[in-house]
Amino acid sequence: MTTQEALFKYTLRLGDCSIILAQRLCEWTSKGPFLEEDLALTNIALDIFGRGKSLLEYAARIEGKGRTEDTLAFFRSDRQFTNYLICEQENGDYAKTMIRQAMVDCFDLLLYSELTKSKDETLAGIAAKSVKEITYHKRHSFSWTDRFGNGTEESRTRAQKALNELWRFTGEFFEVEEADEILIKEGVAVDVKSFQNKWETELHALFEKANLTLPETVFMQTGGRKGIHTEHLAYLLAEMQALPRMYPDAKW
Amino acid sequence: MSDSQGPLWEVFVQKKAGQPFVHCGNLHAYDKEMALQNARDLYTRRGEGMALWVVPTAAIVASSPEDQGSFFEPSNDKVFRHPTFYPMPDVIKHM
Repeated sequence: MTTQEALFKYTLRLGDCSIILAQRLCEWTSKGPFLEEDLALTNIALDIFGRGKSLLEYAARIEGKGRTEDTLAFFRSDRQFTNYLICEQENGDYAKTMIRQAMVDCFDLLLYSELTKSKDETLAGIAAKSVKEITYHKRHSFSWTDRFGNGTEESRTRAQKALNELWRFTGEFFEVEEADEILIKEGVAVDVKSFQNKWETELHALFEKANLTLPETVFMQTGGRKGIHTEHLAYLLAEMQALPRMYPDAKW
Repeated sequence: MSDSQGPLWEVFVQKKAGQPFVHCGNLHAYDKEMALQNARDLYTRRGEGMALWVVPTAAIVASSPEDQGSFFEPSNDKVFRHPTFYPMPDVIKHM
């Protein structure tokens, strides 16, 4: 694998994680628990979409085969998406959406903070902008997790159920593949292992404060970065891609 | 109105350091942290300010419309209370 191929793969994966998660979050738009929260989450989804767009745009540029961020987003099938499985999981209730978000935000903040030091200036630039946004997203999802966990018996039960369902998708965050190894050596990619302990410590503290317990599952489901997804991604893409696929020449 | 959106909060935005906090609207939230976050999302997305206050609406003591006469009208005929008889230097603004 050449450095260029590795960089394409790496950037594409970061971009895929962003747009798939953003698409999921957008499903809440106009259906949020109340007006203020609806706006807050839509805002967050937009931030993440923006990041995904920049990343896919850059990925297309690295690849240099005439594809654009749009062709990457709208004209690939589920097997060609490399996002982590947690990003595509269904929203469920608001507790599930917030627990998922807390785990992703915690990871993303550590990841993108490190990525600001990347030798790749474009990635470092995208990361610098994202860190400010994710800092806010994390504050939002962490406070909701705390609120659900320490709220009513009903809200705690729902948050706990979400945590039980989603925890098995978090192992994928810390996998390192060939593309990562090449780029870590070059000082371009982030070595996720370097902050795995920190991520665990932060989340353990959050869940403890929120009166939630981590499931004792040892099995971690994985496959996203190889294009092996859960059943949910194909449905998400069907909705996201329907219009450009039906009218490939459609313009805003 | 009793509903599931949480109590009302009033939002005040400060445009720049040193300027007054100006009331700009209200919102629903269950606690202080959520009120502050919602205020940020609802009222400062387009660079409207650099600092925020949120105050529970219930904590505000307001005059009522019926009090208008007794509260404010007596000042109308007492022009001597206004410092309009002094020449003001041009550099003084907002008097």
